[in-house]
Amino acid sequence: MPLRQCAIYGKGGIGKSTTTQNLVAGLAELGKKVMIVGCDPKADSTRLILHSKAQNTIMEMAAEAGTVEDLELEDVLKLGYGNIKCVESGGPEPGVGCAGRGVITAINFLEEEGAYEEDLDFVFYDVLGDVVCGGFAMPIRENKAQEIYIVVSGEMMAMYAANNISKGIVKYASSGSVRLAGLICNSRNTAREDELIMELARQLGTHMIHFVPRDNVVQRAEIRRMTVIEYDPASKQAQEYRDLAQKIIDNKKMVIPTPITMDALEDLLMNFGLLDEEDESIIGKAAVVEATA
Amino acid sequence: MSQEVGNIKPGYPLFLQDEYKETLSNKQKMFEERVPSEKIEEIFEWTTTEAYKEINFARQALTVNPAKACQPLGAVLCALGFEKTLPYVHGSQGCVAYFRTYFNRHFKEPIACVSDSMTEDAAVFGGQKNMSAGLENARALYKPEMIAVSTTCMAEVIGDDLNAFIGNARRDGAVPDDFPVPFAHTPSFVGSHTTGWDNMFEGIQRYFTLNHMEDKEVGSNGRINIVPGFETYLGNYRVIRRMMAEMGVNCTMLCDPSNVLDTPADGTFRMYDGGTTIEEMKDAPNAFDTLFLQPWQSVKSQKFTKTVWKHQVSDIAIPMGLTATDELLMKVSELTGVPIPDSLTRERGVLVDMMTDSHSWLHGKKFGLYGDADFVLGMTRFLLELGAEPTQILCHHANKRWKKAVEQILAESPYGQNSEVHIGKDLWHFRSLMFTNKPDFMIGNSYGKFIQRDTLHKGKEHEVPLIRIGFPIFDRHHMHRDTTLGYEGAMYMLKTLVNAVLERLDEETRDMGITDYNYDLVR
Repeated sequence: MPLRQCAIYGKGGIGKSTTTQNLVAGLAELGKKVMIVGCDPKADSTRLILHSKAQNTIMEMAAEAGTVEDLELEDVLKLGYGNIKCVESGGPEPGVGCAGRGVITAINFLEEEGAYEEDLDFVFYDVLGDVVCGGFAMPIRENKAQEIYIVVSGEMMAMYAANNISKGIVKYASSGSVRLAGLICNSRNTAREDELIMELARQLGTHMIHFVPRDNVVQRAEIRRMTVIEYDPASKQAQEYRDLAQKIIDNKKMVIPTPITMDALEDLLMNFGLLDEEDESIIGKAAVVEATA
Repeated sequence: MSQEVGNIKPGYPLFLQDEYKETLSNKQKMFEERVPSEKIEEIFEWTTTEAYKEINFARQALTVNPAKACQPLGAVLCALGFEKTLPYVHGSQGCVAYFRTYFNRHFKEPIACVSDSMTEDAAVFGGQKNMSAGLENARALYKPEMIAVSTTCMAEVIGDDLNAFIGNARRDGAVPDDFPVPFAHTPSFVGSHTTGWDNMFEGIQRYFTLNHMEDKEVGSNGRINIVPGFETYLGNYRVIRRMMAEMGVNCTMLCDPSNVLDTPADGTFRMYDGGTTIEEMKDAPNAFDTLFLQPWQSVKSQKFTKTVWKHQVSDIAIPMGLTATDELLMKVSELTGVPIPDSLTRERGVLVDMMTDSHSWLHGKKFGLYGDADFVLGMTRFLLELGAEPTQILCHHANKRWKKAVEQILAESPYGQNSEVHIGKDLWHFRSLMFTNKPDFMIGNSYGKFIQRDTLHKGKEHEVPLIRIGFPIFDRHHMHRDTTLGYEGAMYMLKTLVNAVLERLDEETRDMGITDYNYDLVR
């Protein structure tokens, strides 16, 4: 089986890193050889696999060594649960430097060092929530990740982000082979969430690949810096992640997404009662004006 | 094939020898996929047409041969104008190599300027480490008394904060608290070299005066400040000083690189020479007023001077040509109460005499003109004074207000009625104009020589000879020592212009038996 490279995007705080690590643990359990590339200066994309606070990142070590040329793959690549290979690109503290450039440097380094040439089934890029510059699009540039999964929930901003990410994919899809592979719904227990996300998926031209229910066992595992699959393999939630992993293995539905307009998105939210009908008459009116009206 | 030791030939005429011609032609045939000469000619001819001009002027996404340079270049020139000051560019190394070569090709002098050489990890983590190490090393190695920091694109794109970085470098002991490190953010992708000059100057003003205004009083030092702007004619610094000295007016030239860019070969290398002192800058708010010789290119510094120094910043234009010099002198006289001395009145008279002597050759001659905003505006005024017609006027970095101002100047003169003013256009646009709206001459920097070559290629009657006034001038020597401002500068430019006209006339009339009936000894 050829190497499949997947990138996980989604609104900040939606649970990308948690979902990615649990699903990767599921893949490893199914005998797949997987690597996780954390593309976030916070470097928290591999902690559940490595049971560590945060991994030594490529950029951190490059800064220590002087240049990135002075690094070797062994210095930055760590093995964790299920022999999952873990690297973190790392980056600067908030407020200085250029985190996007850090992602570019790190991924180039991995390529040059042949990190992808090993016997691997999957590479997962866990990308920082808000794709703010070209650097964070690196995983979907230049024929790296070809499958994009968007983690989403039934909340307006999460769906808004999913639609925006789809717009980004369209840009790269026309010149390369990157495709939207599905939405992963990480449930927030909102009303009719599954139907809503399925409808959003339909309008984006893709599918909801799995609905991951909310379960406290995820938090309990996380406190122990573990995935659910490792912490409580018999739990119902572990099976959910296994199902997601299997669905990703079997997934054949790769599409160029059809992002929707802001109006269409608002209509969708209104249909599901997440947004009230807009009252044109109150726009731009201050409280004082309204009181005297 | 090989050179003889006793007779080493340079590329020209060496490559005209048959063996080299053959080698080059084989190379073209075998490896370069050269299109046939007829096709090249066909395309060349097309680029000279009116139709092509229209396509060219509809161009949106591409700049070809910009008639401007980038911000830090200007910042470096500004820094060079201060005593024992090392220009320091925070960012990538190659940019700074470019600034150094650009200036030393023009001034034929070594240019002291350092970079803190940001590399890949600095691009990710920010350049704080480079700043700390750079300031410490630069100070230890080159022993400046001030380091003036500007930035390249690299540092600007990642948003490096100079104020914080320099502060941190001080806190870490890389540079002492009392060592002056003024700074300016100079992103190359915004504005031009003149913006960079303005930003750096304002940075230096700010550093030395912003928090020290309590004891300052306008007029208390009895001086007038002169701010030259991005000025590359060293004679201009000298002529302004001379005119002020002849008036008996004490002036402070704020930024003066005329010594460090013109050092003697006497066996002593001078990394620093002359320049405005820190004390002069600190004292500058005490002057009567501050006059900006390049007002269109000094917007930010003027604002600072008005709001912080509380100076009037009298409205003057670049003192180029007769009227503009009159205006400067009268303004200085008005501000100081000192009359204009006979020596300057006499000098003015000599200029008027020269203009009269040459007017018959310059009257009605058409000129294409490009360069920096203030230079182009000043030159336009001077050409109109001479009765010459600046028909094609181009300034790449100027704004719409400038365009209106130049159009106003043109509208007021009978010689400006057929002129076009172009802003935001490059030298490839200008090239089109030289074919479709052919003037007699063009005035600009060395880059115009390629346009001259192209116009000549179309035919001798299409050739537009280049008169080199501007910056940079790489292919003629020592012109940077000349003067373009004041009556003296007007004399130099008049001489240059009229002699170019006569030179051209000689060239056209020396065909024996055909045109040489007009090949006159006396012009």
